[in-house]
Amino acid sequence: MKRVKIRVFRYNPADGADARYDEFEVEAERWTTVLDALLYIKAHKDHSIALRYSCRMASCGSCGMVINGIPRLACYTKVYELGSDVITCRPLTNFPIIRDLATDFTAFFAKHKSMRPYIINDAVDRIDGREFLQKPEEVEKYLQFSYCIKCGLCYAACPTVATDKRFPGPQALAQMYRYLIDSRDMATDERLKVVDDRHGVWRCHFAGSCSMVCPKGVDPALGIQLLRAYLLGMSRDSKVVAELYRREK
Amino acid sequence: MKENREGVKGWLNPTRYGANRFAYWLQRLTGLGLLIYFIAHVIETSNIVYGKSAWEKMLAVTQTNEGHIVLMVVIGMCVFHAANGVRLYIAEHGKGIGRPGRPEYPYKPTSLGLGMKACIWVSVALAALAMMYGAYVLFGEA
Repeated sequence: MKRVKIRVFRYNPADGADARYDEFEVEAERWTTVLDALLYIKAHKDHSIALRYSCRMASCGSCGMVINGIPRLACYTKVYELGSDVITCRPLTNFPIIRDLATDFTAFFAKHKSMRPYIINDAVDRIDGREFLQKPEEVEKYLQFSYCIKCGLCYAACPTVATDKRFPGPQALAQMYRYLIDSRDMATDERLKVVDDRHGVWRCHFAGSCSMVCPKGVDPALGIQLLRAYLLGMSRDSKVVAELYRREK
Repeated sequence: MKENREGVKGWLNPTRYGANRFAYWLQRLTGLGLLIYFIAHVIETSNIVYGKSAWEKMLAVTQTNEGHIVLMVVIGMCVFHAANGVRLYIAEHGKGIGRPGRPEYPYKPTSLGLGMKACIWVSVALAALAMMYGAYVLFGEA
């Protein structure tokens, strides 16, 4: 067990005061996560700290924050692994601050929605007990990107999002590739029109920060480069739209 | 709500996110440096319109030790920017960045794999070698 100092960013637009850091001493075990420490502070030292969390197991993506300078999930970051006696928690960068560590995801989700993150296929209305057949290699083309939990860490780490409000960000672009390359999706041209823009996929400079911070191994930078390659005509012939089959009994 | 965009200061720290972020930072820095050099170079060569003596006076500035150091840095910036640019060109064509698969813990992004890292350090090494050769030629003349 060791004692660590947790510095928590405090800002409440309602009280009109400047942002500040409050400091709290907490005892941490080897298994104590930053979220555990923050919830201990909230329960025993200052209940007014605002933060968002839910599952505590890196599945919901709610507790993203900048911990010691890097966007991380608080529930997925152990105090010990940070190797420091001082832990600074800030709200995710590139997201407007609602209060303290809670940030507003409205713009982030709007960008995600603008990618039409669902299968577009006219045949879906005529499924009638049939199903799309996909080979394992077709599934592997998009499976990795479908593990995204929309935690916003990649968006917070991206240097392009930091300066370009119109850039969709790594999460949205990786999701675009996820649906584009899915053999059940037929809206290839419509999808490409959305991102083939100077504030779109071409704005990415492959800094790779998104993939470094992703807690689920989604590798958004890979998706974005593959999306560009697709636009450049490097892999267009690799997509064959899946057909509907009736399962044999 | 408080706007919390990181802005240009988000570009300034190259140490937070590994080799690719470092390469991104260096690419920006060298690009900016080459732009400044290009403008200075245009101003420098435009001195020729003021006659031979003005031209030679300006040329003499580049023959000093300080002038040689500036040229060495320009050589380094040029080589790194070009070599790293080729890496980025290859990456955006979907080459050398791995393939999507089933992520397994501990997650290691394939797009930031050994191949890309090696290309970054080769770009840095080429820039360093070019600077050393430049120093040999420039200071060898003096």
